[in-house]
Order: sequence, then C-alpha cells, then structure tokens
Amino acid sequence: MQVSNNGQSSFTSKLMLYGGIAVVGLAAPLLFPAYQAQMAELWLFVVFALTWDLVGGQMGYNSFGNVVFVGVGMYACAVVQVGLYYEVSEYTDARGGGTEFVFDQGQYLTGLVAGLPVAALLAALFAVVLGALVLSLRGHYFAICTLGLGIAMGELASGWEWIGAGSGMTPAEPPRSMGNINRLHYYLAFGLAILTFCAIATLLRSRFALAINAIRDDEDKAEAMGMYTTRIKVTAWTCSALFLGAAGGIYGNLKRFIDPTETAFSGATIGVWMVLMAILGGKGTLWGPIIGAVVFQITKELTWTYILGWQRVALGVLIVAIVVFFPEGIMGRLKILFPERFGHRVETPDEAREEGR
Amino acid sequence: MPWAPDLYLLVSTPGLTLDLIINGILIGAIFALVAYGMALVWGVMNIINVTQGEYVMLGGFVAVGMWHAGMHPLLAVPVAAVLLYALGLLLYHVVIFRIVDRDLFTSLLATFGLSIILQQLMNIYFGGDTRTADAELGRLVFSVDGYRISVSNIKILAFFLVLILGGCLYVFLKRSRLGQAIRATAQNPRAARVLGIDTNKVYAATFALNASIAGAAGALVAMAYTIHPYFGLPYTVRSFMIVIVAGLGNIGGVLAAGLGLGAAENMAGFLLGVEFQIAFVFGLLVLVLLLRAWWLGRKRQYLK
Repeated sequence: MQVSNNGQSSFTSKLMLYGGIAVVGLAAPLLFPAYQAQMAELWLFVVFALTWDLVGGQMGYNSFGNVVFVGVGMYACAVVQVGLYYEVSEYTDARGGGTEFVFDQGQYLTGLVAGLPVAALLAALFAVVLGALVLSLRGHYFAICTLGLGIAMGELASGWEWIGAGSGMTPAEPPRSMGNINRLHYYLAFGLAILTFCAIATLLRSRFALAINAIRDDEDKAEAMGMYTTRIKVTAWTCSALFLGAAGGIYGNLKRFIDPTETAFSGATIGVWMVLMAILGGKGTLWGPIIGAVVFQITKELTWTYILGWQRVALGVLIVAIVVFFPEGIMGRLKILFPERFGHRVETPDEAREEGR
Repeated sequence: MPWAPDLYLLVSTPGLTLDLIINGILIGAIFALVAYGMALVWGVMNIINVTQGEYVMLGGFVAVGMWHAGMHPLLAVPVAAVLLYALGLLLYHVVIFRIVDRDLFTSLLATFGLSIILQQLMNIYFGGDTRTADAELGRLVFSVDGYRISVSNIKILAFFLVLILGGCLYVFLKRSRLGQAIRATAQNPRAARVLGIDTNKVYAATFALNASIAGAAGALVAMAYTIHPYFGLPYTVRSFMIVIVAGLGNIGGVLAAGLGLGAAENMAGFLLGVEFQIAFVFGLLVLVLLLRAWWLGRKRQYLK
C-alpha cells in the first residue's frame, strides 16, 4: 500500500540511526573521558560478537574457539610493535621493563600501524589453515574441537619462551608524552567496529549470505546443489578471523599486558563472552550481536565491581539463564512481539476468516 | 629436539617405560569410568555433559574435606557418591530437564555454564591450591631389569575399585528394573512413555547416577593423585575423546581407550615435559576428531 512512503521513512530513520551512532561514538570519549577504556572494550566486544555471529549465527557453526584469532592477533601485534626496534627474546626476557626498551611517539605509532594489519593477516592465515581441517566437523563436534583448539593454543603459548611463556608479554609501552593513550585505542576500536559492521552488513546482503544460510539450514542439500561448502565455510571463518585478529591487537594494547591463558587465549572469559553476547542479542541477526555486546558490557561494568570474586560465578549463572530461559535473544523476542516491524505480515482475524477457514 | 635424550632414555631403560605405562594404565581406568558415565548420559538423554570433570573435582574435594576433618579418605568414596547423586538430582530438576529436548549446542553451553559455576564455587570455598588426601597405604616397590619401580598402593586399590564400580554399573544397567527402563528410554523415549515408563524420572536417575559414579571416581583421584578446582575441563575432554574413539555403549572399547589414553598421556608428559601434558590432551582431542572426520569423510559421511 504505502510502499514508497515506507521506503522513504525507513531511509531517513536509517540515516538518523547511523548518524546518531557515529555522533555518539565520536563524542563519547570527549564526554566521558574516565570511561574510555571500558568504551573501547565495548567496541571490541561489538567486533567479537558480530564476527562470532557470522559463523555461529548465520552459518550455524557454533565456535568456542574464535578466541584463537584474538590471541594470535594480540601476540602478532605485540611482537611486531616490539620487533621493529628491539630483539623480541631480550624484550620478553626483561619482561618489557627497564630503561632499555623505550618507544618514542613515532616508534609507537609505526608499531601500531604495522602491527594491526599483520595481526589481522596472521589470524586470517590461521583461520585458513585451521578452518580447512576443523570445518570438516559438524555441529557439537566442531564446538568441542574449537574449544580444545583454544585451550591447546593457550597452553602452547604459555610454553613458548620467545613470547614470554607463562609469565606473559607486555605490548610496547607508549611514551608519557602521548598523554592518555586510551583515547587513541578508543578511536581505533571504534573505527574497527564500524569497519566490521560495514563489511558484515555488505556480506549479509550478498549471495554469500544466502550460501552460508543454506549451509546452516541443510549442509547436505547445499552440497548437493553444487555449492563448494568447504570453501564457503573457510571463507566465512577467515572473514571473521581477519577482524578478530585486528581486534585482538587493539585489545592487547588496551589491556597493556598479555597473559597467555587469561587474556590472549582465554576461553573462560572472552571466548564465552562472545558466544553469550551474540545469543543475548539474538543469533543470526545483524543488530542482535551489537545490542547483546552493548547490554553485556554495560551490565558487566556496572555490576562487576560489586561482586568481586564472584564474577565468574555470575558469568556461569548468566550463561545458564540466557541459554535456558532466553535462547531467542533480544532481537528474537522483539520479532515475536512486533512482527510487523521486521517485515513479517500478520493476518488479522478478519483476513483469516475471509480466506475461508 | 629437547625430547630426544628422553626418548633415548625411554628406549634404553625398559624399567622406566614399564613404570610410566603402569602408572598411566592405573589412572586410565579412572578416565574410562568417567567416560562411561558421560556415554551413559549422552546415549540416554542426548546431552553432552561438560560438568563431567567438575563432578570428579567435587568428589575429590569431598575426600579432601573428610581427610582434613580427621576421617579416613577411603570413607569418602561412598559419601561422595551419595552427595553427588543429590547434586545431580538438584541440577536435573533446576536446569537440565528444561534442555533435554533441545539441540545439543544448547545443552553443551548450559552445562558449560554449570561447570563454570561449580569450579568457581569450589575455588572460592577451598582456594586454588593443588590438594591431595593421603590414604597412608604405603607403596609397592619392585624392580625390573635393575630399575626400581615404585607404585603407591592407593593407585592399585583405586584401579580395582574403579573396575568393580564399572562392573556394578554394567550389571545394574543390564539386570535391574531401573537399568532396563534406562536402556528402554535410550532406545525410544516415546515408546518407553507409552509402555508406562516415567521418562522424566529415568532421566533424573541417569543424570544423578552419572554424577554419583564420577564423584566416587573423583574421591579416588584425590587420594591417588592431586586435585584442584580447575582440573575439571581436562577430565571432560578426556571423557569426550574416549567416547568418540570407543563409541556409545561399548564398555570394552571405553575401557581400552581409557587405559590407552592414560598410558599415552603419561609417556607424553615424560617426553614433552609436564607443562605440555594438558596441551597434549587438548591437542590429541583435536587430532582424534580430525582423524575420525577424515576417516568418515572418505565414505562421504560425517560425525553425527
């Protein structure tokens, strides 16, 4: 009926939505300078949730191991940052401390600019190699195998002396002259989140989205229709790894310290969080993971300090509660409550009667 | 190659090899029992129970707690079994019965959440230290080819207790009325309901029974080896691996795979160093899964 009108208004409302997010995102660190680190983390969580959902929600391959790419990116970025100017093994031996390992402003920025792409590419390379092997597994076998991969990588990293083994590694320390470095990290994270969103939104409008949705719905049929399922699955995982690697690089710099099992390959924190955020927001939707990440990070930051020592118990309770009682997520629930807003037409009782029932 | 001299040592000293294999097989029986419980729940309820390793850990803490209270830790085996049975019932009636009919990923994630809760509660209550309960049974010492092999008696006792426990469970499932109901439900829950079996009760009993045997095994682990709050996940992964290799409902296969895994892990721990033993377990899981998938993939099949 009012299709054109509807299209017009949806375009303006979309413009307002994106403009609003851009303005809020750009202005937030200026308005709340005390919370820059947390907000930077929020944008990284958006990246984590969005990329998890590309493979978990859209393709139906629920991975517990995407944290592998975060960890690889984290270490790769830190190694490049340090390795450009110093010997990495000497640096890790000295735990990054002392006066010998100083980075000036130019060195720090060059390190970041060189480190983040390397992080992204190396993570993508890992995804290609691991994906070709692991993506032959389906369903829960894939889930458990990736869980095993994540933990095995963490254990290997904590045995590798060159990157600091179990005592971890500090990424390059920014010079004091740069002031509050968190602002830089914030804008990097924000930019990456926007980039990830645009890339995934574009992907989801393409034929590629149809292919991965077909794999989710029935992989055997998709294969029988002549799709190169393995190639498509590896491509999807590589896409998410590319952004996860860069996000890992920023996350390591934000945290200022990389512990092999607690920060880098931490299946029990970010590894589960990204699954949780995607499910909380709504699996298989574009906006769901973003909403999930925002809700999760705000809840986490508001409550985490009050439940000191009990955070992981709370996390466990949250997982069980969401999975058992709220599996459809926020977007899923909204779809049930307001189907017309999502383009599903609901028959009125009169119409149903007219159709002769 | 840092492990090359160790490998040489292993080859040149059969006594040492035998020592590692004996110790590995002794703990392997415990892996097998825990895996048998996992296979039971998986087969009957179609749930992959990630809390499996946490039951072992909780059973171990029952033994440690009773030992600290001045009781002999062997008494903890039945006590842990009873307490964990109650915990299993509780978890079933609070959470698990809601996810029995859902897909496997839901149960995987939900039990993963439960396992985080349990391990964190134990960490808060007992602290993150490595604990053990000393049963004070002495050691068995003998020498092979001039190499002195020493095995603590509790490990041998644990080995036989685990075999007896597994045997009892097997007979229980084959002969008892409840065991028959469990097997009937596993075959076809709908038909079982039609024939008057309360499948909800059967599920609850199965879930609790699994917790109970894993808890009893855990009490033995605390005496023969060590425990700490975070060692659950490796046990879960080992069980999962054993079940994949042996298949559901194949008790001989489970036992063989468990003993083999125990021996292999002990050898790897010696060759690669203890710090890589956990990495070995998880790496082996990935390897086993990939080999299975590759093997099936040649026949255009996949793991279901």
